[in-house]
Amino acid sequence: MSVDGTLFNKIWNRHVVADLGEDFYLLYVDRHVVPDFNGSAFTRLRDRGLKVRKPDLTFATADHSVSTDPNNADVLQNLNPHVQNLRQDTKEFGIKNFDLGQIGHGIVHVITPEMGIALPGLTVTIGDSHTCTNGALGALAWGVGQGEIVHILATQTCVQQKPKTMRINLEGQLPPEIGGKDLVLFIIGQLGVAAGNGYAVEYSGSAIDSMPMESRLSLCNMSVEWGARYGIIAPDQITFDYLKDRTYAPKGAQWDSAIQDWLELTSDKDAEFDQEYTLDVTELKSQITWGNSLDMVTSINGCVPYLDEVKNSAQRANMEAAISYMGLKEGGDLIGLEVHRVFIGSCTNSRISDLRAAANIVKGRKVALHVKAWVVPGSEMVKRQAQQEGLDKIFLDAGFEWRNPGCSMCLSANGETIGPGERAISTANRNFAGRQGPGSRTHISSPIVAAAAACAGFIVDPNQMESKELNQ
Amino acid sequence: MTALVTLNGNAASLLLSDINTDTIAPLVRSNQGLQPAGIRSNTELAQRLFGPWRYTSDGQENPEFVLNKPPFRQAKFLIAGENFACGSSRETAATMLKAFGIRCIIAPSFGLIFKDNCFRNHMLPLVLPKEEVDKLSLMAMHEENFSLDLSDCTLKTESNYSISFSLPNFRKEMLINGSDEVATTLLREHLINQYETSASNLRPWQLFT
Repeated sequence: MSVDGTLFNKIWNRHVVADLGEDFYLLYVDRHVVPDFNGSAFTRLRDRGLKVRKPDLTFATADHSVSTDPNNADVLQNLNPHVQNLRQDTKEFGIKNFDLGQIGHGIVHVITPEMGIALPGLTVTIGDSHTCTNGALGALAWGVGQGEIVHILATQTCVQQKPKTMRINLEGQLPPEIGGKDLVLFIIGQLGVAAGNGYAVEYSGSAIDSMPMESRLSLCNMSVEWGARYGIIAPDQITFDYLKDRTYAPKGAQWDSAIQDWLELTSDKDAEFDQEYTLDVTELKSQITWGNSLDMVTSINGCVPYLDEVKNSAQRANMEAAISYMGLKEGGDLIGLEVHRVFIGSCTNSRISDLRAAANIVKGRKVALHVKAWVVPGSEMVKRQAQQEGLDKIFLDAGFEWRNPGCSMCLSANGETIGPGERAISTANRNFAGRQGPGSRTHISSPIVAAAAACAGFIVDPNQMESKELNQ
Repeated sequence: MTALVTLNGNAASLLLSDINTDTIAPLVRSNQGLQPAGIRSNTELAQRLFGPWRYTSDGQENPEFVLNKPPFRQAKFLIAGENFACGSSRETAATMLKAFGIRCIIAPSFGLIFKDNCFRNHMLPLVLPKEEVDKLSLMAMHEENFSLDLSDCTLKTESNYSISFSLPNFRKEMLINGSDEVATTLLREHLINQYETSASNLRPWQLFT
């Protein structure tokens, strides 16, 4: 048996600059993307008289703080101090900043894959917990705190304690409407929100082999939501096809040698994992969360649990609080709950395939009168592609707002909030109490569940397309 | 930098699992708009800690919340459930606790980004088995004095409870010396140079060479 033979360890070992003892390592960082909420990292750097060691390996884009309002008169957001600071800082330190309105601007975890910044076998760090998204490309990618941003800027390295390894084998052919989002919600429902704590998780199995790239990105994106700082998928032809000709991907002869190298990036047959699970996902249905923790999740046709059936007292207390906060009843159906807000966006589900899937549901329908529904494309590139395909028109005709790229209502940092008591279906990644604004009630789902809820005005199963509530 | 060698004081118990960093360190929503830019003052950081639980919707203190109860307003320790500080990577989850005065958090497990953020800010996220955490929680509620000593890695309480724990040397030294990770790594600059040369030769696309 070979412990070093896991994909994770292979990439890890390639990046060791120094062994600091007792499982701590100084790792080289190949790509670093700095978002606007960076804890004034550049100010801290400047105050200490430090320089950016590798400006050419460092990128920046403003996502958390930007207004996604298409009618915002301040188009370049010159009045937004976070955007302005990032512009000045990146100019001063010689870093490429993907500014608003340019190709490359968008949510960090959307642009990093789409620009070919993250590549198989590379280490990628970003000051955001969802950096694990980029593991879908076979990169070793992890989220860092703001102090670590300063460290990486100054040294192009990061100190990490080597985690344990876990493999999740996802077996079976997924129904066509089921994607990475449903899969990861299902995993969290089965294993809990802390099961991945301390692990680097590799997703594999027949369901992964046939899964499109953007769906893999959605899956890896939420690794951190069940405690895993790293999620990774072995690169294959789907990965190579996705990356070919991307702006920062290698070209020509270098591309050919890269492919040769990337083909070696798989876990050996005898690789040993500290933990391994196999889940059958053949009959998987659309998933939706009901509570304020992501393990409070069920199939779309499921219901809120009965507290009597929960043995663990701490878990029962959390569930009881969630039922009250969310305005639900024990044993109540999710289908039929009235919805006020719908948010299609975020680093989990704002890519072109997400928008196509949602538009496919919305086409020929109208947003229910009492629902305020938004589509927030993940990047300028996604936005332009969608407009070229006429998806914006489908959403606008139905009564959605078609907005500009940014994190928007995922964390609700720029006044883009959901009101107290309002029920929202969101394609983002966190249903924490107050995440989308004080008192907001968030259900997390896939884009098709969100799109169907927007049109029906309440939670429905998007796969029951012929039902009359969708054709109101 | 502020070294952490010993710590004495009350412990606040908040024995819930999966407390997320959105709750520990809420974003400022000034008039539902953008939060201001810039480095935060300690006063502001301390004030915002656990905002959603510490204050009622009209901004008043919630008297039921542990950190608002007189003995725990000066708490130096926090006892929490599993997977404490999961979620967002925001470092303010650590710095707000520190600004409040809490420099040691005891739990069965932590969100990993938070754990790293703590050490970097010279705070100790102390992992202990659940049974021990439960015991300590009871002592905390009885307002026992807790004392931590990193020179021999022990935690003691007034009722003669004592537990020793292990800490990787790398982390322990960082706390005891109040050392800064950036400065420490810059001492290894020659190794970084070596790595870059060798990586550029092996895989030119890795460093755009």
